[in-house]
Amino acid sequence: MSGPVLQVRDLVAGYEPGVPIVRGASIRVERGEIVVVLGPNGAGKSSFIKAIAGLVPVSGGQVLLEGQDITAVPAHRMVGMGLAFVPQTENIFPLMSVEDNLRTAGDILEPKEAARRIARMYDTFPDLKAFRRTGAGNLSGGQRQMLAVARALIVEPKLLVLDEPSAGLSPKFVAMVFSMLSDIRKAGLTILLVEQNARAALAIGDRAYVLVEGKDAHEGVASDLWSDPVVAELYLGQRPQPPKGGAA
Amino acid sequence: MNLQFVVDGLLTGSMIGLGAIGVTLTYSILRFANFAHGDFMAWGTYATLAVVGAIGAMVGKVAPIGALSFGWPLIVALIVGCVLTGLMALALDAVLFSRLRSRGQSIIVVMASFGASMALRSLLEFIFTSRPAYFSRAIQIAMPVGFGIRVTPDQIALLVLTAVLVAATHLMMTRTRTGRSMQAVSQNPALARVVGIDVARVVRATWLLGGALACVAGVMVGILVQIRPLMGFDMLLPMFAAAILGGIGSVPGAVLGGLIIGLAEAAAVQFVGAEWRAAVSFVILMAVLLVRPIGLFGVKER
Amino acid sequence: MIDLIGYGAFFLINALIFALITLGLNLQWGLTGLFNVGVAGFVAIGAYVSALLTTPDDPARFGGFDLPILIGWAVAMAASSLAAAVTGFATLRLRSDYLAITTFGVAVVVQLVALNAQSLTGGAFGIGFIPRPFAGLAENPLAFNLSNLAVVAAVTLVAWLALEHLSRSPWGRVLKALREDERAAVSLGKSARFYRIQAFAVGGALMGLAGAVQAHFIGFIAPDNYAPMLTFQIWVMLIVGGSGSNLGAVVGAVLVWAIWAGSGAATAAFFPPEQQARAASLQIVAIGVMLCLILLFRPSGLFGDRPFRRRLGLKARKPLETP
Repeated sequence: MSGPVLQVRDLVAGYEPGVPIVRGASIRVERGEIVVVLGPNGAGKSSFIKAIAGLVPVSGGQVLLEGQDITAVPAHRMVGMGLAFVPQTENIFPLMSVEDNLRTAGDILEPKEAARRIARMYDTFPDLKAFRRTGAGNLSGGQRQMLAVARALIVEPKLLVLDEPSAGLSPKFVAMVFSMLSDIRKAGLTILLVEQNARAALAIGDRAYVLVEGKDAHEGVASDLWSDPVVAELYLGQRPQPPKGGAA
Repeated sequence: MNLQFVVDGLLTGSMIGLGAIGVTLTYSILRFANFAHGDFMAWGTYATLAVVGAIGAMVGKVAPIGALSFGWPLIVALIVGCVLTGLMALALDAVLFSRLRSRGQSIIVVMASFGASMALRSLLEFIFTSRPAYFSRAIQIAMPVGFGIRVTPDQIALLVLTAVLVAATHLMMTRTRTGRSMQAVSQNPALARVVGIDVARVVRATWLLGGALACVAGVMVGILVQIRPLMGFDMLLPMFAAAILGGIGSVPGAVLGGLIIGLAEAAAVQFVGAEWRAAVSFVILMAVLLVRPIGLFGVKER
Repeated sequence: MIDLIGYGAFFLINALIFALITLGLNLQWGLTGLFNVGVAGFVAIGAYVSALLTTPDDPARFGGFDLPILIGWAVAMAASSLAAAVTGFATLRLRSDYLAITTFGVAVVVQLVALNAQSLTGGAFGIGFIPRPFAGLAENPLAFNLSNLAVVAAVTLVAWLALEHLSRSPWGRVLKALREDERAAVSLGKSARFYRIQAFAVGGALMGLAGAVQAHFIGFIAPDNYAPMLTFQIWVMLIVGGSGSNLGAVVGAVLVWAIWAGSGAATAAFFPPEQQARAASLQIVAIGVMLCLILLFRPSGLFGDRPFRRRLGLKARKPLETP
């Protein structure tokens, strides 16, 4: 199938009626891409991505997943349609074992198929296998993020959506999480993520959008955005440091 | 010292514990203290009584099973009663609780359950009057089992039934898809939806399970003591205390809490007199709240 | 005509005593958001304490001490507010449901004590010969009722004015702020908790006072007066009037008491004696359904201030939402 994996057109969304936080944002994610959504604090990045995942009420616009309209589909049915979402924090069930956490996601599959995919997930993330009987609440921050991503991958989604995967992690874990995402993409998955940590996200991203006041204000190739004065102005109010060398 | 109180305590504890499972699940999954839970018990018992009567009218008198005081009609009626009680809980949720829940004010739901409790109980009084009723008038001979303890066949059967139901509920919560979904919703409802769990389905399962167990607990009271419209309301404080003592959300905790309270009540009857029985749960409740509010198996709230 | 005025005064005395309890509950719930399911217990404590202090000596039980009525009232307030403060202290650092469960337990235990501690409370028979204000006028029911009405009305008015003043004071504003965000209230720690305990204790004091006033007006108390039914009635009064509004509390009390007394009189008139107990339970069903309907369709009651705003904090512990 051709065409973008995700197409969002003029999305309007917010928790309370008449008070939109997302005010007409549009983005597009092509197959195999990592697309990053950036934006200053309070720009509505998180609400935008949650609205796509069905967690924030949508009052206007359209979300298409491989051409299929998934606008305002209830959150619990998104997984079945091929969109897996990893929330920013509290994205595991702390009182369940690692294995049960993975099983909650596998519950929409045939039990045998679920078991097979969980076993495959352990091959991909050997750390999780070592802790499979451990309560997930005992995992480190990076391991939790790994578990959350693994759980999202079990349903073999068309699109993986992540809300600030680096939030609250130490620099070492941030590097680990982003290299993990990079590997997942190499395996063929399409990824959309919102990030505060622009440096790390743009390093692995293909394209990026900058969200300002609930609207998409700027779009570009990830590597170019670093040196783009418009982004610097919008995003940080100052010029960011380029990733490596280059002109300031 | 007479050890008979151990049997009495275990029996009372079983009734409290079975009821407390529903309380603890409603509290952890639907996030409110349901004051109408005791009245589910009473309604379930009267429903079972009514079905027993209907069966009796259709097939005539049925001989009891072995040494028990009841025959197959009570067993069939209990199953029907469990279903009816679960459906009643579902219906109450549909017309009242779910609407208030969607407004996001947990304590209003508690208040509504208090109003519903009053209405449900008085409706029972209206239909059946406050005169006590019985499943059977037969008097059972208690058999000595050693250590000066005597038990009736009914008591043994009901203790076994409790053990089976508790084990089944625990297995369901930990080993099945529905149980895992219930745990997931109680730990983090937003994440549960993201993972693909249909929260509305989990809510229905919670009411059905809680209602059915309340019905069993009520029928146990009915077999061993008597059936009154107030029977469930009188169990409310012990059930809350058991759920909190065991740790909110924990099924084994609720049962253990129930057994501890049942034994403490039975011991108190020996030492300070039966009229103070109801104060025991309050004393235990206060002690738990002051010393360890998360209970025996509880975990700190997020 | 005279009869009618006499009955009107009698009705109003009862209604205003309920209004006094409802005002106490409004301070706890309407202003502070504390859910008390044991109102009857705090009312009973006030009634029994005042009765013990003011009745003539009775060899069958502890006391009485034959003290003046006003001392009885004052100590009744102190005792009920102390009980409320202890309850609050034990539960207010926890979620609101725990307070509800604990107050429910308080009411159960108070009733148990009233029923069983015979040497203290007179047991099931209760306490009689409680001195009544203006007992000298008892020969003339109209004068007796009117003078008692004046006393009860004055007490209610003072309570109202004091509460109005309190709710506009900085103290009241803190309480409202805490009510809007339970999580903030809990995380603010000790000081916030202390504010809430104070509000709960003052509300308890009003309930105790109302219990004492009622005991002295009727002259006789028994455990049955303080069944969970009483708690339920007070809640309906507050919700009908509109929680958060003192005017609503008083109007709700008078209105619901009128409905209650009226429907009671109707069942007495239309049902044969042997059916009256059943008819009375139907009356409770109707009131219970009414409470639920108001919560569903008009949660702010007649005069309530804005209903609780929905808390949006992601972490605020909300009831489960089903989409």
